[in-house]
Amino acid sequence: MPIYDAIRLALHTILTQKLKSAFTLLGVCIGVMFLISVVSIVEGMGRYMEDDLLGKLIGVNTFELRSRPNITMGDIDEATWESYRRRPRLDITEVPPVVNALPADAKWAITSEDNVQVSTATGGKPRSVRVTAIDGAYFEMKKLGVTQGRIMTPQELQRGERVVVIGTDAAKRLFPSLSPIGRDVKLGGVPYQVIGVAEPQGSALGISFDNFMIAPWHSQARRLLNSRPNIVDAVMIQSPSEMAMTETMETVRASMRALHRLRPAQKDNFSLQTADSALEFWNKIKGYLVLAGIALPAIGLVVGAIVIMNIMLVAVAERTREIGIRKALGARRRDILSQFLIEASTLGTVGSAIGVALGIGLAKAISALSPLPASVAPWSIVVGIALGAGVGIISGVYPASRASRLDPITALRQE
Amino acid sequence: MTDTLDDIGISTTGERLAVTATHGAAPSSDWVIVTRGLKRQYDMGGEIVRALRGVDLAIRRNEYVAIMGPSGSGKSTLMNLIGCLDTPNDGEYWLNGMLVSEMTDDALAHIRNKEIGFVFQTFNLLPRASALQNVELPLVYAGVSSDERKKRASEALDRVQLGSRMGHRPNELSGGQRQRVAIARALVNRPSILLADEPTGNLDSQTSEEIMRVFEELATQGQTVVMVTHEPDIAVHAKRIIVLRDGVIASDEKRDSYAARIGTERVH
Repeated sequence: MPIYDAIRLALHTILTQKLKSAFTLLGVCIGVMFLISVVSIVEGMGRYMEDDLLGKLIGVNTFELRSRPNITMGDIDEATWESYRRRPRLDITEVPPVVNALPADAKWAITSEDNVQVSTATGGKPRSVRVTAIDGAYFEMKKLGVTQGRIMTPQELQRGERVVVIGTDAAKRLFPSLSPIGRDVKLGGVPYQVIGVAEPQGSALGISFDNFMIAPWHSQARRLLNSRPNIVDAVMIQSPSEMAMTETMETVRASMRALHRLRPAQKDNFSLQTADSALEFWNKIKGYLVLAGIALPAIGLVVGAIVIMNIMLVAVAERTREIGIRKALGARRRDILSQFLIEASTLGTVGSAIGVALGIGLAKAISALSPLPASVAPWSIVVGIALGAGVGIISGVYPASRASRLDPITALRQE
Repeated sequence: MTDTLDDIGISTTGERLAVTATHGAAPSSDWVIVTRGLKRQYDMGGEIVRALRGVDLAIRRNEYVAIMGPSGSGKSTLMNLIGCLDTPNDGEYWLNGMLVSEMTDDALAHIRNKEIGFVFQTFNLLPRASALQNVELPLVYAGVSSDERKKRASEALDRVQLGSRMGHRPNELSGGQRQRVAIARALVNRPSILLADEPTGNLDSQTSEEIMRVFEELATQGQTVVMVTHEPDIAVHAKRIIVLRDGVIASDEKRDSYAARIGTERVH
């Protein structure tokens, strides 16, 4: 029987038994649905993490010198944690030697940051704002612009003038219906003038990036951020290229090892952190998500295969007389075999097509209702449908082969 | 058993004996069915049941033959062999000059498709397909294109006066109509023989007469018809009646001579 007719016959058989077909499809459908939605979420998060989030946090071709890493979570054992705590904090006196050893085309900035209670002159509750004290090319490296006012001048930074640039969220909270420019905020009781409102940075995973305030490191604001006023949390360094960055990292490492008088056998007691190393955590999560993305669909598909095979066996038993009629009218063994194989694989394909649609819907629902982003990958759709057809064929082999071997005389005697 | 040819198309005893005697050689083309020493036995849990013990059958083109016999006579087995649904353990079966008794399953399927038109007691239509689709089925396995199939199937349904019911499913048709769909299906591929197994078994007497008229019409048009039945009232519609008993042919005569004989004996 030509394939086109066989597929039409399969679709006709499926449509005339909607409820039974629906149950048969369920396993494959759910398996593929999980495949599509998990892949979409992993792709979406991956894109977000790798492009948007970490790009924003750390920047391209940028690395940070810190006393200990600040973007790793989860599996740090006690011993490592202790060793981190014992490390010397970066001191402002270490910054000039490091910075002077940098190549001329590298940019640098220093930061110290913490959450601080900030109030305004107009009264109102003090609010918690993330305050970052900076020096160097911070705004340039972070590509941070302002929508109102201006950023600090290098002189204001050097002299530690009491001026701040605030984020749009902080502006809304502190000055609900006023323009903040020119007004004062109080940091540790000391007034600072708002000279600029930064461009909105957006949010990731439900965390807003716009509740911040930037002040000059050399102002007294830095005292609010660490236990000792000379502590620097990080030195950010940006190179013009990835290769240059790798070289520069080694230069900084050498400078720091010299400053800390480390012997060759001793390990670094500071951290050089790139977006990549921060990505390590994400890659670990991604590993688990991918595992889930394989395990869940695999379970669904195995169940789906078993279900299809069993339902096809029942169908063959119920349609024994029909098979006998077809054979009597001239169907050869391979005609019956292909009829049932095509029926099984059509079931699998239809199931996976529905699963694709549901998976896309689920992914979009998750991204709309939760902080998780989702981005449907076309390859996952193709793989999903191919898996459905494949599962159908494999589970159909045994029932189809039994059907094809029925003796027409006995088959015709069935009720 | 008579020796003279009265109706056109009934082979004489002499002719039949001649053609079934010579093993190995294909019979001439005016013989549709020739069996020589056909044997079939079954192994029923250790015991061997000999259903056919050497049947010599010769049916010419355009004959209208009824095969009768009590249960256990082997008539169902003979029908399955004639219909190429089964192969014999011994002997030859020549269908249209082809030795089918030694063919493979696939070859037999092809023969069934092209040469045999089955009509069953229980109709055996596909319940979820329309009348038209049912009649198309042999053409599907013959590889005929979709348009051509529809054309030929609707012509076949017109021939049995069911042109207006092509889209109906079997459960929307009466018993007589279902059997007529089955007959259209049997004829759609222009087979050598129309092989009917108790075609009126599930029909009332009036509808049975209807169906018998259809068969007579087809026989008159030149179709070879072989009908297996246990009812004498139905058998006498055929022109020649063969009676099987205990796996061999007990009698093979014209209708009139059979009818006359059973007036005096009880044969079923």
